[in-house]
Amino acid sequence: MENVTMQEQLVYDRPESMASVQTHYCPGCTHGVAHRLVAEVIDEMGIKDNTIGVASVGCSVFAYNYFDFDFVQAPHGRAPAMATGIKRVLPQRFVMTYQGDGDLASIGMGEIVAAAARGENITVIFLNNANYGMTGGQMAPTTLPGQKTSSSPGGRDVEVAGFPIRTAEMLATLDGAGYVVRRSMHDPKNVRMAKKAIRLAFETQKNGLGFSLVELLSTCPTNWGMTPVQALKWVEDAMVPYYPIGDYKVNPALKELKF
Amino acid sequence: MAKELMKGNVAIAEAAVRAGLNAYFGYPITPQTELLEYLSARMPELGRTFLQAESELGAVNMVYGAACTGARVMSSSSSPGTSLMMEGISYIAGTELPVVIVDVMRGGPGLGNIAPAQADYNQIVHGGGHGDYHPIVLAPANIQEAIDLTYGAFDLAEKYRSIVVILADGSLGQMMEPAELPEMKEAIMRTPDWATYGSAGRERRFLSSIYLDPPQQEKTNFRLERRWQEIKAKEVQYKEYFLDDAEYAVVGFGTSGRIALSAVRAARAKGIKIGLFRPVSLAPYPEKELYELSKRLKGLLVVEMNAGQMLEDVLNITRSQIPVEFYGRMGGILPMPEEIEAEIDRMVNESAASDGHPRDRWLARFGKMN
Amino acid sequence: MQKEIIIAGFGGQGVLFAGQLLTYAAMDQGLQVTWIPSYGPEMRGGTANCTVVISDDEIGSPMVSRPTAVIAMNLPSLDKYEDKVKDGGVLVVNQSMVDREVKRTDIKVATVPANSIAEELGDKRMTNMVLLGALLANLDILPVEAVEKALRDHLPERHHKLLPMNKEAMQRGGTYVAAAISA
Ligand SMILES: Cc1ncc(C[n+]2csc(CCOP(=O)(O)OP(=O)(O)O)c2C)c(N)n1
Ligand code: SF4
Ligand SMILES: [Mg+2]
Repeated sequence: MENVTMQEQLVYDRPESMASVQTHYCPGCTHGVAHRLVAEVIDEMGIKDNTIGVASVGCSVFAYNYFDFDFVQAPHGRAPAMATGIKRVLPQRFVMTYQGDGDLASIGMGEIVAAAARGENITVIFLNNANYGMTGGQMAPTTLPGQKTSSSPGGRDVEVAGFPIRTAEMLATLDGAGYVVRRSMHDPKNVRMAKKAIRLAFETQKNGLGFSLVELLSTCPTNWGMTPVQALKWVEDAMVPYYPIGDYKVNPALKELKF
Repeated sequence: MAKELMKGNVAIAEAAVRAGLNAYFGYPITPQTELLEYLSARMPELGRTFLQAESELGAVNMVYGAACTGARVMSSSSSPGTSLMMEGISYIAGTELPVVIVDVMRGGPGLGNIAPAQADYNQIVHGGGHGDYHPIVLAPANIQEAIDLTYGAFDLAEKYRSIVVILADGSLGQMMEPAELPEMKEAIMRTPDWATYGSAGRERRFLSSIYLDPPQQEKTNFRLERRWQEIKAKEVQYKEYFLDDAEYAVVGFGTSGRIALSAVRAARAKGIKIGLFRPVSLAPYPEKELYELSKRLKGLLVVEMNAGQMLEDVLNITRSQIPVEFYGRMGGILPMPEEIEAEIDRMVNESAASDGHPRDRWLARFGKMN
Repeated sequence: MQKEIIIAGFGGQGVLFAGQLLTYAAMDQGLQVTWIPSYGPEMRGGTANCTVVISDDEIGSPMVSRPTAVIAMNLPSLDKYEDKVKDGGVLVVNQSMVDREVKRTDIKVATVPANSIAEELGDKRMTNMVLLGALLANLDILPVEAVEKALRDHLPERHHKLLPMNKEAMQRGGTYVAAAISA
């Protein structure tokens, strides 16, 4: 009789930094993907016990339930200010905010600009899904021209509501910014690129190179009224052309880093 | 006119439109968002101004600016957003501008939740912003009342150059009830003798809330206080139910007031002589009326969706004349009629307590359950 | 006269709309009526319910802990509301989504295979109408015709081709008249 041994090979597992719970995110929402990427980076850098997260107000308000390290939760838009408070008191810890586009680029625009200008040594994970997901899909500063939302029922009219904000490009103009890039999560290649960027953002913080931010183009199938697949396609076809994937500020010292 | 079935948030929005609302500025927040969403379609359709602001801070100051011109303006929000507006509210009060603000309250403090609550009573009625000022505060308990109060709020605001707050809660915002809408008015743009719309043909004006010279500031404060006295004398609103032969009464506003009505009816059916006193204007509060009422009653039960914020006013007004009890639910929980009925039974059947504050007794009864 | 009805089920089963139809019908009859939905995170969890209070007098509380009637469109709703129905009240159960018997014997219980009936009629979306028909047959509150009229008046024009099917759904539901209370 032949002896067959089967070697179990684990190809996919939950990162340690993610809590073993079901998230409340809608099916096909890329908030979950972003969570996983952040958790993998934190695992790989071995900084889980040395990191404090700041959750914002938006669909990711419960991020503190999904990441298995210390977390606080800020008022709408104020995460960079809370993160600043934490970082200034505990400069040796890693401090991360996780914010949506309404939170960061609308109500919290003041705080994010000020934090970047100060070169605040924190890492910002910025989810741009072109609307206010949590409150039912209203127009956000990132909503594309002509895009219909529940508060721009005729499509965003730039004559009245103005133009979308390209956050990464704008923050990159500030001298305090060490690493500011945009990535997308609409296909595996882009997801891998997004992870690398998140790693570099945390490396920026580790090396004291200033403010770091990764803008991630994200889906909201529920409020866009699309299937998850249609939503990924819409990111690629409609969002990427308006919000180009790219590096907008990279501190030269980062290029020297080995990790 | 035929009745229509409307969600509270939509009814308030449409009432404002019909009152001649010229410009609306707001920011999404549950459980108020339908108000903003409705106006995002309705106002442009009428050629009027709708703008989603970058935040409540933006919204309140947009309203501040627009009010300077003499236009009929409004903003709306829910508790955390209203908190953010407080600086602007104080400025608007200090500049003596007519502005209508709708606050659809939710559970707190902090981010809390989106369920109905009444815990903004203090921040609105007693002024969450700095300085001595008094907004007129109206608390609807049903959708018809919400429509009528909103429709009249603009006239009131303009008459007294005052802020008028429509203080509702999440359940009123989300529920539907048939109601009649008032007549449609054109968008209103006034030219009162203080407004700044360009000085062609007259002396230039300015609007500001700064009075660097303290005696000037004090003079202004006196003027505001005298105006408030006038408002107190003329603008009190309240509703009474079954009070003619009552020996006891429940006091409640807005949603907790209407819920108490069910409990009062149930208690009446058992033969308890109890009525309901429901203040509609929380500021000015129906002080005289409640005081007179308290003189002929054996006891009062204050019911609120907070930890007894209006209770303090009731205690002040009734000046320890009669026993007062308190029942509250917090954090987004509605009191159920049966709970209030049980409290009525207790008040009527047990000899009046005299130990400590009504809130302490309430806490002793319920605070340990959680 | 005051009657309170809670309609509960999964989001997407037409719970809120069924309640609104009752509300419109009551309004058209000149009665006082309130409709209040559950809203917020609870909805994300996939359950939805609404409370309708119909009265000939000013309505106090729009919410009740002991309703006159409940339509339970799924098992969690039956579990949640079975005990709450007022003594002598009415419980309409969607048998297609419930795999247990009703325990109460002091209320009228109509068990209706509403999903199957709706599918027979050719449209799963009729489930709520079948159950509404059963409610009206068991609770003396509004004539079926009033609800049919409300449907005609308030269903968006583009859905009007569905009116006959809606009507039939209510009729089919209306044949499920509960047995007299046994206890
Ligand atoms: C001061 C204040 N205003 C408004 C709100 C309501 N609110 C909650 S989440 C949200 C928008 C979130 O959108 P975004 O940041 O884009 O996150 P997403 O849900 O899309 O991920 C708003 C306006 C609030 N909680 N606090
Ligand atoms: S509402 Fe949109 S952003 Fe929020 S969890 Fe659902 S899909 Fe994601
Ligand atoms: Mg967003």
